[in-house]
Amino acid sequence: MSLSRVLVGVKRVVDYAVKIRVKPDGSGVDKTNVKMSMNPFCEIAVEESVRLKERGLAQEVVAMTIGPSQNMDTIRTALAMGADRGIHVVCDQDLEPLAVSKVFQAVVQKETPQAVILGKQAIDDDCNQTGQMLAGLLDWPQGTFLSKLEVENDALKVTREVDGGLETLNLSIPAVLTCDLRLNEPRYASLPNIMKAKRKPVESIPVADLGVDIKSHLDVLRIEETPKRQGGGKVESVAELVDKLKNEAGVI
Amino acid sequence: MEPVTSRVYQSLSQLKSPLFRGSLLTSASVLERHGTDESYHAARIPDAVAVASCEGDVQAVLRTCSDHGFPVIPYGAGTSLEGHIHALRGGLSLDVADMNSVLSVDPDEMTATVQCGILRSQLDNYLRDTGLFFPVDPGADATLGGMISTSASGTTTVRYGRMRDNVLGLKVVLPGGKKIQTGKERRGCSSAVDLTSMFIGAEGTLGVVTEATLKLYPRPEFSRSTVCTFQSMEDAIRTSVKILQQGVGVSRLEFVDETSIQAVNRAYQSWHEEKPSLFLEFQGSETSTKDEAETVKAIANKNDVIDVKTATELEDQKKLWHARHNSYYAILALRKGGKGVISDACVPISRLAECIRETKEDIADTNIFSAMIGHVGDGNFHVIFVVDLNNLDEIRTAKEITSRLSHRAIRMGGTCTGEHGVGMGKIPYLKAECDATSLELMRTLKKTLDPKGIMNPGKIIPE
Repeated sequence: MSLSRVLVGVKRVVDYAVKIRVKPDGSGVDKTNVKMSMNPFCEIAVEESVRLKERGLAQEVVAMTIGPSQNMDTIRTALAMGADRGIHVVCDQDLEPLAVSKVFQAVVQKETPQAVILGKQAIDDDCNQTGQMLAGLLDWPQGTFLSKLEVENDALKVTREVDGGLETLNLSIPAVLTCDLRLNEPRYASLPNIMKAKRKPVESIPVADLGVDIKSHLDVLRIEETPKRQGGGKVESVAELVDKLKNEAGVI
Repeated sequence: MEPVTSRVYQSLSQLKSPLFRGSLLTSASVLERHGTDESYHAARIPDAVAVASCEGDVQAVLRTCSDHGFPVIPYGAGTSLEGHIHALRGGLSLDVADMNSVLSVDPDEMTATVQCGILRSQLDNYLRDTGLFFPVDPGADATLGGMISTSASGTTTVRYGRMRDNVLGLKVVLPGGKKIQTGKERRGCSSAVDLTSMFIGAEGTLGVVTEATLKLYPRPEFSRSTVCTFQSMEDAIRTSVKILQQGVGVSRLEFVDETSIQAVNRAYQSWHEEKPSLFLEFQGSETSTKDEAETVKAIANKNDVIDVKTATELEDQKKLWHARHNSYYAILALRKGGKGVISDACVPISRLAECIRETKEDIADTNIFSAMIGHVGDGNFHVIFVVDLNNLDEIRTAKEITSRLSHRAIRMGGTCTGEHGVGMGKIPYLKAECDATSLELMRTLKKTLDPKGIMNPGKIIPE
């Protein structure tokens, strides 16, 4: 059995290797001249989708992103990795996970994929909510934190990484899946594939055209850097240690 | 703190920004780290560490140290193997690791300009969605500055060449603080004297490289890795020579002996076959790599191979290569607190089997424990002894075997320093490798550029 269409979500975030700085006014992270890349968990999602296609288990992989014009780069990277076509929902404001899920819901209704594959979370907000909310909105089964994905007997057999170990589930199709670190090692985009990607079709949809409520429900009060680490101290005896734990740190 | 040191320290601390925006560190653990590399050579601690944040800082440091005649040792990641960064005469360790930005990438020209404190892995990561990569891979995660300063090569040299072939231009700060730009930022430009080449392999003795323009290559569309296990090392080496002589386009051709694999299995609880093995990588298209892998399989079968395993998925290839990439540290881990004495002989391919055999016989005569890995694709192999720094007999035996190996390699028309550079450990062999007039010319060059002898004193050139 083969999935007719897989929809993969890709988010454009500050590259994970960048040392980020908070703007002096505390309003946000300084993103000027900072390298942006595809969210690493989204890379894993794209890789898994492309592998499904290579194994004959999926027929078409559609990559989708929500963001300003620069997000085209992110779509092109997904196409260079092997996605067939792209959907760029053009939106200039940052969206919260609930709004993102609603946009995905609208696109799902349009594209009718048999699976939506996302990264488990984005490394800028670390929300880990979009996949779960989307499954709720669509009333689809969800397999999150996947470390393994198989297509067996018209169902998705998934292995999830959970606190106690590994959990294996059978999900009916269609389903929402989110990918964890150990699912796969994403391929590098090669030059010939980057060239080919430039000719793959990408549809641009202004977010307003989808008729989705993207109102934000959260107010960011402030953003601060974590406090600098204080130096430690050395003690001469156990008695001194106990005294400090009791009277200075107040933990015993 | 010694009077000279404190004068230098004061001069540097008094420098107002924008002259010196970096930091000065003197804590014991920081000093220790900056006086120890990955070799068995005893640590030699600097008097202070200056962490440079930009080229201006490097200039300020070199100017100040020049004024006071105070030694300066450029420091990247500290992965050197012959005591390169050891402060033999004290001095200031100039840590450039914070200068690690990619300044520009030109995808049409296929070049990148970087600050030299960038780690190889940082650069590789930055380039991952450009379709281009920088191929020189010395095994350790060194800084580009370190790789330039030791003229590094590595596992991919068999196909992509060494640092010398892939550095197009440099920005260097000279002793005294002046800066120069060598070469051009584009390939294919000629100039009067090749200044770029002079600094490659200079190990910080002629100046501090701060920026480099590097040649990039298209990342291969497809790669396939193969491991061949053999009953004996001779079978493995003979096979590798046949593979090269047949002109098979390998991108990596590495030998790992059973001791190294045992070490890796023990350190990582992995299950690689503990036999002499060849690790190969083929890059290209799906079909070209398939052909190459089959050609190698056929050659291996004619040479008593036990087993051939091939992998195509990236994570399976990584698992296969794990045994090779992690060997040095795994071998060291076999012995608690052990340090590595590691040889670096490189000989013409036609003499490789003979050189290894004679070396093996030499080692067998003593009772010392050793492991062997090598970039047999370039005729370069490493014998690794793990020594107890308190056992002087052991250290002496290891050094004697390494010395005989170095001379053996030179005699066979090769070199004793294939890729690790000279540092302090290989100085005695330079006289055997280079004629007296060449050495004299090197000394003259050094004296001209660094009249006070402040740049990494006691390295490379025998006195």
